[in-house]
Amino acid sequence: MAALLLAGSMALAACASDESSSGGGSGSGGGGGGGSDELRIGLAFDTGGRGDRSFNDAAVAGVEAAIEEHGGEFQDLSPNADASNRADLLTQLADEGYNPIIAVGFAYGEVIGDVVEQYPDTTFAIVDSSAEEVGADNLTGLLFSEEQGSFLAGVAAATKSETGHIGFVGGVETPLIQKFEAGYVAGAQAVNPQIIIDRQYISPAGDFSGFNAPDRGLLVAQGMYEAGADIVYHAAGGSGLGVFQAAAAAGKRAIGVDSDQYNTVDDPALQAVILTSMLKRVDNAVSAFIDSYVDGSVEGGSDIVYDLAAEGVGLSTSGGFIDDIQDTIDDYRQQIIDGEIEVPTTP
Amino acid sequence: MNVLRRIGLALFAPVLAIVVAVVISSAVMAALQVNPFRVFEVMFDFGETPAQQTTAIVVILNRAVPLFLAGLAVSIAFRMGLFNIGVEGQYRLATVLAAGVGAAVALPGPLHVLLIVLVAMAVAALWAGLVAVLKVTRGVSEVISSIMLNVIALGIASYLLTGPLRGSPEGASIISTAEIPESGWMPSLNGVFGALGLATPPRQLYGFLLVAVVVGVVIAVLLNRTRFGFDLRAAGLSPSAASASGVDSRGMVVKTMLLSGAVAGLIGMPDLLGSTHAYTTDFTSGLGFLGIAVALLGRNKPVGIALGALLFAFLDRSLVPLQIQDFPASVVTIIQGTIVLAVVIANEIARRVALRAAERGSAVPAIVAGDGSTGPGQSASGAASTGGAADGGEGTGAGVSRTAGAGQRSDERQETGA
Repeated sequence: MAALLLAGSMALAACASDESSSGGGSGSGGGGGGGSDELRIGLAFDTGGRGDRSFNDAAVAGVEAAIEEHGGEFQDLSPNADASNRADLLTQLADEGYNPIIAVGFAYGEVIGDVVEQYPDTTFAIVDSSAEEVGADNLTGLLFSEEQGSFLAGVAAATKSETGHIGFVGGVETPLIQKFEAGYVAGAQAVNPQIIIDRQYISPAGDFSGFNAPDRGLLVAQGMYEAGADIVYHAAGGSGLGVFQAAAAAGKRAIGVDSDQYNTVDDPALQAVILTSMLKRVDNAVSAFIDSYVDGSVEGGSDIVYDLAAEGVGLSTSGGFIDDIQDTIDDYRQQIIDGEIEVPTTP
Repeated sequence: MNVLRRIGLALFAPVLAIVVAVVISSAVMAALQVNPFRVFEVMFDFGETPAQQTTAIVVILNRAVPLFLAGLAVSIAFRMGLFNIGVEGQYRLATVLAAGVGAAVALPGPLHVLLIVLVAMAVAALWAGLVAVLKVTRGVSEVISSIMLNVIALGIASYLLTGPLRGSPEGASIISTAEIPESGWMPSLNGVFGALGLATPPRQLYGFLLVAVVVGVVIAVLLNRTRFGFDLRAAGLSPSAASASGVDSRGMVVKTMLLSGAVAGLIGMPDLLGSTHAYTTDFTSGLGFLGIAVALLGRNKPVGIALGALLFAFLDRSLVPLQIQDFPASVVTIIQGTIVLAVVIANEIARRVALRAAERGSAVPAIVAGDGSTGPGQSASGAASTGGAADGGEGTGAGVSRTAGAGQRSDERQETGA
């Protein structure tokens, strides 16, 4: 049995190298030239998929911007309902010869290690997860300092709040979303130490439904508004729509996340309640990564952190609702960039 | 002749269901201006290189194993007329605790795996046992209590994962339990491909496949060839008739739920022992609900459930190639949904066909065995297996094996996740 397994694994190794030399051939060429080979970008989404008007769509925007500049095409894949086929999405893209391949979402962190090993000639990037722990030189991590942007969201909320009572709705209680919470709370308390902050998550760790449940987002936010909060910040993906609806119904305000949600909600009644959005420039990160792939300057094996200084995170100004407090925000922004304020990453 | 006829009848309903589903979903695709023939072609295209083809097979089998176990767990309860919706919570709680125990101990290989599996079975059986105890002592409907217990189980699993059993470092984006040492891993079956002269895929074929096959055989024998199985089916068909002929139906409820739960505990094992080696925040969820659809599709027979699981796994795998060919992935969801609906219809048609055949063929009105206490769904679909009446015909005549009376209302469950 052991011998069989050994033989099997040798055959496996042979197969893997066969495939990658045929499938990934364009990659090694593309890294140098750029113009000669058509750029074929693979994009693997997490649950929610394309059309979430938030995180995943930001990645698409980044890819489209890069294609505008360098030409080429891209293929995006969404996982099945329980997202158990994440690894298949990546291997299929690699088999089809897509290169580079970008995995959108930290959940890929668990499976990407094996895949990058299997396709050494394909260049991978993962959004929201560290590549350093994987340690493969064909993988780059694209990370964001969500806590810094959320700090500014907290500053805006606390400055704008009339009741001294604000709220935070998290989608799923994961370490990533806790970063948003930690920054938001720190920012609000920096402005007003006495402020009351309601914090609630839609679903517990391990249950990802909280990112895609606008009805539950609405209920949670409704409770906060009824309790006296007048501004609620959401980091809940697709559930955020419910938060906006609750705000509109209560005549209060909400803060969006990831994309400039003022521009993505498509409904004037909801636009009016969006005070600002905490931008997470996944689009910039993705297009910058593709740029460096085309230049042949991808380092790999390391993480690129997009923070306030790198304009990877920030606040949107669409709607002009925070124009009057822009000075305050810029002040805190500068303090964070200068390192005078250190924003916590855990609540 | 009799055997042929039995096989024909047993196959009639599922084949009819699949044909109906294919026709309906083709019509839907045509309405969406998608060429259904191209879609089916892509679904059956397993890739160009031999390694890609075997990988596709491994992906399907790996997905089918947990689906099969989930369907089996649901079907055991169905056979006795119990609707165990709690499979979801049972396996999630079982898997997190088994992962915790597995990571905490060090034992020689097979014992380590055995311990993990036993812990999972015991936890899930106990959790399902709560449902049974509530039902026999307080008359609480198992549908209500198992749904409620699902919520509690998921909450406890989440607490255990983020609290006492947390093994991942602070700040890691995926929370997981500590990794099970290598002695607690289940070897893969990839050697089989070499032995068969096929290309070895880069993916590991779960060794748990063999366990699942054994469990399926054991359950089939237990239900169809033992006193226990007879009592279970009899109590499911008619609790009052079964009691009258000396079956302790309250005891049977407890035993059935314990057995259903024990099998439910295995659902997470293929992934846990074969690939993840830890329970994480993104451990596959929803299998318990999919299991209801699979059990329905398989008409609560282990072989049928295996085929149903393979069909679902096959459809699931085709999601990715369909997207690559720019077909909407929702096509697959449509097919899955129509299959489950079609099964309900086909079961009813098969029942009527068999009923008519039975009325013509023999003077004994064997089919109408339900006592009416659980409504007309009771006798539905049992008839397709009139063979059951023949081989279980001793005694009360209650040996007509039946499929999901209550389960037929569950059909759209799996679509909600999409």
